[in-house]
Parts: sequence; C-alpha cells; structure tokens
Amino acid sequence: MGFSRNGKVALLIVAAGCAVFSYSPNLRGQANPAGETVEGTRAAIQGSHEDPAAVARGETLYRANCGNCHGMTAKGTDRGSDLIRSPLLIDDDNGNLLAPVVRNGEPDKGMAKSNLTDQQISDIVAWLHVQFYAADHRTTYAFRDILTGDPKRGEEYFNGAGKCNTCHSATGDLAGIGAKYDAHALQQRWLYPRGGFGFGRGRGGFGAAASSPRSETTVTVTLSNGHAYSGTLDRIDDFFVSLHDPDGTLHTFPRNGDEPKVVVNDPLKVHVEMLRKYTDQEIHDVTAYLASLK
Amino acid sequence: MKNKMNIRRLLPFAALVVASAAAFSQGLDPKSLLKPLGESWPTYNGDYSARRYSSLTQINSSNVNTLTLAWASRFSGSNGGGRGGVAIKATPLMINGVLYFSAPNNVWAVDALTGREIWHYEYPPNTGSTIGNRGVGIYGDWLYFESPDSNLISLDARTGKLRWKIQIVDPKLDYTSTAAPIVVGNHILVGIGGDHIDNPGFFESRDPETGELQWKWNTTPRKGEPGFDTWPDEYAAERGNGTTWIPGSYDPELNLYYLGTGNPDPVMADQSRKGDDLYTCSIVALNPDTGKMAWYFQVSPHDTHDWDATESPVLIDGTIDGRPRKLLAQASRDGYFFLLDRTNGKNILTTPLIDSLNWAKGINSLGVPIPDPAKYPTPDGTLVSPPTGGATNWPPPSFDPETGLFYVGTSTSWSEFYKTDTDDHPEGWGGVDSGTGGEGGALLAIDYKTGKPAWKHQWPGVGGAAAMLTTAGKLLFTSNTDYVIAFDPADGKILWHTSLMAPSTAGPITYMIDGRQYLLAIGGDSLYAFTLEKPAE
Repeated sequence: MGFSRNGKVALLIVAAGCAVFSYSPNLRGQANPAGETVEGTRAAIQGSHEDPAAVARGETLYRANCGNCHGMTAKGTDRGSDLIRSPLLIDDDNGNLLAPVVRNGEPDKGMAKSNLTDQQISDIVAWLHVQFYAADHRTTYAFRDILTGDPKRGEEYFNGAGKCNTCHSATGDLAGIGAKYDAHALQQRWLYPRGGFGFGRGRGGFGAAASSPRSETTVTVTLSNGHAYSGTLDRIDDFFVSLHDPDGTLHTFPRNGDEPKVVVNDPLKVHVEMLRKYTDQEIHDVTAYLASLK
Repeated sequence: MKNKMNIRRLLPFAALVVASAAAFSQGLDPKSLLKPLGESWPTYNGDYSARRYSSLTQINSSNVNTLTLAWASRFSGSNGGGRGGVAIKATPLMINGVLYFSAPNNVWAVDALTGREIWHYEYPPNTGSTIGNRGVGIYGDWLYFESPDSNLISLDARTGKLRWKIQIVDPKLDYTSTAAPIVVGNHILVGIGGDHIDNPGFFESRDPETGELQWKWNTTPRKGEPGFDTWPDEYAAERGNGTTWIPGSYDPELNLYYLGTGNPDPVMADQSRKGDDLYTCSIVALNPDTGKMAWYFQVSPHDTHDWDATESPVLIDGTIDGRPRKLLAQASRDGYFFLLDRTNGKNILTTPLIDSLNWAKGINSLGVPIPDPAKYPTPDGTLVSPPTGGATNWPPPSFDPETGLFYVGTSTSWSEFYKTDTDDHPEGWGGVDSGTGGEGGALLAIDYKTGKPAWKHQWPGVGGAAAMLTTAGKLLFTSNTDYVIAFDPADGKILWHTSLMAPSTAGPITYMIDGRQYLLAIGGDSLYAFTLEKPAE
C-alpha cells in the first residue's frame, strides 16, 4: 500500500507475534486539549453532506472502537494506518469499500472483526468522510487559541508606543468591542478595518468597502482652472478618477499625468503603515486587550 | 513561413488528408519551436525561452496609438470555470491562422483573422476543480490538454475530435489539473497542481502518439534518493507534494527543461516535515529525454506560506562581468528575484522584489533566503509579507533583450498566518492566512544584472501580478484592472491603452497573418484582437 503510513511497521509487529491490540499511550492523532477535533466543524459536516446526528454517533463509536490503533483523529499510529489518506476512504461511496473492512477486519494486518451493527458501521463511515472533507477544504478549518497576549501590555501599547489612542478610545468607539467579535475577527478587524479578514489573499489598496463612514477614502480633484471637487473616492487608475460628491452625484475626470491634480486621503493609511512596525507579540497583546473590552 | 495558409481554405480538404505523424503538413513541426518567436505563437510562452518577447515590429512605439479593434469574440461552454460562463486563463496558441485555447472542460479552435469559432470541444461533466486551465500543447496536428478530473486529452487539431484520453492520477485525490502541456521533441511534458491534501507531487513525459508514460519525475525524493535527508521520514517525503502547474522553459543546446515546483504539504502546519523539504519550492533542471534532474536551486527552503516557486523560469542569454553567460531568472512568489547560471544552477544574485519582506533572516552564501522560524504560522497568528498570494504569482513575466529588463507585476501586502492543525500529524493545509491590507501593486522593470528596478510604475488603484509581453517594436504590453496598456519598455511611459469588458485573465500574445500583426488580449470569456488602422507597407 503506497499510501499506508505505517503498514510495514504494523506487519512487522504482527509477524513478531506482539500483542498488537494491547493498549498503550497514543503518540499520534490525539484529540487536542480543547477536546474537539480540528476537523469536527459544522462546516465540514455540511460540506460533506453527511447526516450530523450520524457523524456525532460515529465520532463516539470511532473513538471507542478504532481510535486506539488508527488514532483519535484517524491519522494513524504505530499500530494502525492513516485512514484519512487511505484509498479505501477516498474511493469509498456510502461505505461500499469501508464497511466490509470494518465488519470483517483484516486479519493478515492484525485487524480483528468487529461486533458493530450495520448502523454503527455506517455512522463511523459518515464520520470518516467528514474527516477527509475537512482536511481537504481549508474553509472548514477552525481557529485555535488566538488570545495568547497580555491584555495589560496591550493596553500600554494601545496608549503608548502604538499611539492607537490618537484616533481610538476604549470607552468611546471601541467600547464593548470585545463582545462584538470572536478573537479571529477582532484581530483581523483592528489590524485592517477595511474588510480583508476572510480567507484572504491579502489584497490591499483601494476598492474594498469601508466599514464605517469615517474610514472612507476621500479625494480632491483640482482642475487646471482652479475648480476643485471633493468627495468619497469611487475609483482611481492611470486614466480616470471618480468620486461621489456630498450630494451623492458621481463625477469622473480623465487623467493625463499630473492633470488634474489629485489628492487622495485614506484615513486607514496609518493602519497599513503600522504593518511594518508591529511585532507579533504587540499584535497578540493588543488583541487580548481589545477582547477584554466587553 | 510556408505554412501561412488559412485553415478555412484547408478545411474542405481535411477529410482527404491521411494522418501522418511524420509529415506535420498542416500542424506544428516540433522543430519549429526552436525558432525565434515571430508570426506564430506555438507554445505556452511563445517560444522555449519563456521571455514572451516577439520579434514582430509592425506594431511599434511610433504607431501603437493607432491600434484599433479588429474583432472581439465571446465564448460559452459548460463547467468552464466562470460564473455562468467560461474563464479563459489559457495563453492561446496561434498556428497557421488558427488560435487554439482552453478553459476548464473546454477547448476551442478559432479563426485568428476573424475570431469565428472553427470547432469547440466540451469535455463530459465531472467533479474536478475548475479553478483554471492554462492552455493546450500542439504536436503536428494533435492537441493536448488536461481535464479537471486529471486526464490527459488528445484532440485532432483539425476537427476537435477526441483521439484518446489517459488518466494521469486518481481524480478522487483532488489534484487540480490545470497545466498547459509542453511539447519538447517527441515528449509531451505534463504537470499537475493542487495542494488541498498531501499528495505526491510529480512531473511526467508522455508519448505524443499513444499517451504512454515515458518517464515520471517525483518532486520529492523517496527513501535512498538524494535529498531524502531533508525530510523527517518516508511518509512526509512521499506525501510532501510540490506541484508542477506552470509550464517551464527549455534550452535545446543544454537539452535541459527548467521547471519551478510548488510548495510542500501540509502547507502551513509544518511540524511533520521538519527540514528543507527538497525539491519543493525549487527551480529544477530536468533532462526531457530521461526525466533525470541535472541540478536544483531551492528558492524557499521549508516553505510554510504557500509560496509556489512555479513562476516562469525565464532564460536570458546575457553578459555578467563582461562574459557571455547562459542565465535563468525567476521573480518568485516568496518575494525575491533570483538570477542563476542555467548550466549548473549556481546563484548569481538574489534581490527583494518588494521592500516589505519580513520572513527571512537573510540570504545565505548560496543565494538562498534563510526562513525565520518566528514567522511560521502559529495558532494566534504571525504577520507576514507577502501573503499566500505572494509578491507575484503565475501571470507570466517578460524579458526584453533590447532593454535588458525583466518585467513583472508585484504586490506589497501582508497577511496574518494562522496554524489551525496542531496535531503531530497534520494534513491538508493545516492553516489559513487572513489579509491585513497592503500598499497596492506595481509594475517593475528589473535590470537582470543588478536585480534592481530600472523603473517602476506604481498602480494608483488596485494592481499586482499581471501577464507581460514585449516586442521588438519597442513595446511592453500588460494589463491593469480592465485596461490593456502599452508601455515604453525603456522608461515606463504609457503609450496606449484600451478597456476590455472584464479584467485580463491571461497573457496577451501577438501574431502575424497575411502581413498584418495582431495583439490578442484575453479577458474573462472573450478574446480581443487589435491591429493597426493602416499598417505601413
């Protein structure tokens, strides 16, 4: 089995007549300390079109019956192969390949028959399919512990070196922000308030929607006759600049080098400039501080 | 060129033609791929050098402002990667008056003079990813392309009829098969993409007549092979990926094919693959007859940020310290420009493309960036420039031998990189990045001898990686948002621009039919051909 992680090891153990099924501490594939498997997210269950109730039952059954050898996250141990990478799982269709193996075992590889019912086997198969779907689809990934910083240091940075308090206040615009967002959204949002906190490719610059009126980019266009137009920036490129004036009317001006004069004011520019200055520790401290503003 | 006849005149006779592998009567003789790029555009990058530099001069800096639309054509098909339509991310080929191009599941032959469809091939519905298809390869009268479900398909270029299809790899393994096959001699060179799950990465050569495997090169070494010691164990090495989704370049004198390889898997959760992880994120030189690797240069050792090094390896015949040299340049997704000696892979210089790079502790004596472990993804996030999308990406650059400048689109931005899989044995990506903004994009004209920009055009709004084309007409063509723009390649002055109905989705090409030069732009589901209002005799 080219894809079997530990197949050879397992065979050697069988050949040596060792007690393959005796319990020993699991070195790989343990559930994380939070008690939730990385892959066990709702998004993965939904995406894989498996029945959530069956998946929940399957998880318990899998852990009790299969986890010791194949690992609690099905990624294999020294005693059993990685199931998520197994062609048996990848090519399985509603248990047509997996169920017979669970039912009958693979005695030549040291896997015993099971006494599980068809329904129980079907539940385990459903859970395994979710594990494969989850590993394969990063939009289902769940964030881990993001609040690792020190809120006190974060507060000092906020009011000191970071100069965040130049524009923001913990009792003003940011009051209660820690209750509004989860830790990941909060960290992304304070780093760059103009969108960009999804599964990003990190696109910056203009064009993203402003999150509040005060973060809107404005522009002043001054024509050669001295007449000036100001408003919110709609779009700018090498050939045109467009703005909405205070009445909401769109004005578009052709550009030719420095004519007309265009001055763009992006109030979030300082957020981008700060990206060159933050340490990761400062970021985590500020996030922890903002999260404490419930 | 003797094959300059228009295919429409040939079609009534097509049925009478007895297929002959040796004759190449209407199609492409692979030997013609060795000629300088001129009237036709016979392979992904125009010619083997990947310079995307055309010798055509009819459209030039003095008359480019009289370019006008000759035709525009829209194409439709099923499962073509677009929202309700097709997304053409392929660089079209142009041979004997016919354009050949693809979108996922779809291939077209189109009259290059009029934009009219000659035939359209639709691949049967399947569940493969339709993220993109970079184009077709041609050998004689036979076309080759990859289907989303990882088959290599051969069509008859005259009729669009299926010749054969061959499974490259199990489609359930969720590779993304998007690469444009490249023809070198009697080899069809086939790459593979996709890093969703930890699959083995490879590159292979197939027989043009039968599709049979000639050789297969595994990106990562197996036990006992050189480089295996850069992985902790057999499993990590075999499943370490390193995709091959962008065509390479070829030096016929050295008989070496140059290929950039993708990132290792698991992408961001690196705890199970400690080491340099060869030959991922590398530029490798392969013998196209045997698949044996002559040398490698790794641009991102132990990558943890999804920075494929698949960007075009551009061949430059240049001069360094007064000596003529065979060189290779890559503007890499990890944010560095690399200049190598392509005879042996030795580094000549490594310079930053953007000034925000923060992931390397320095450059070692071999010219290789030294990754800073403090910038590997963590559960609480690390701030890194560039993001996964890179300082640049797959849209091909161009090198103009007259200016000595290498043109590439870049983006200066940052992301937080989060590790989500802390298992001892992570799988898939094991993490994600979330954008934190940036300073926009620029077009850089890099002097290959110094690695530094001779000029830079900062886009006022959005911009980043974009395909480039240079010509002997002293022109540089590229795109920004919906615009197609011609620059003076020497100083970056804008000479001409026009608007498409969508942003460009693939590189512009140029070709000549019946004494008239065309510029072909590709945007979404449409092609646009431009020509001069009144070409001079």
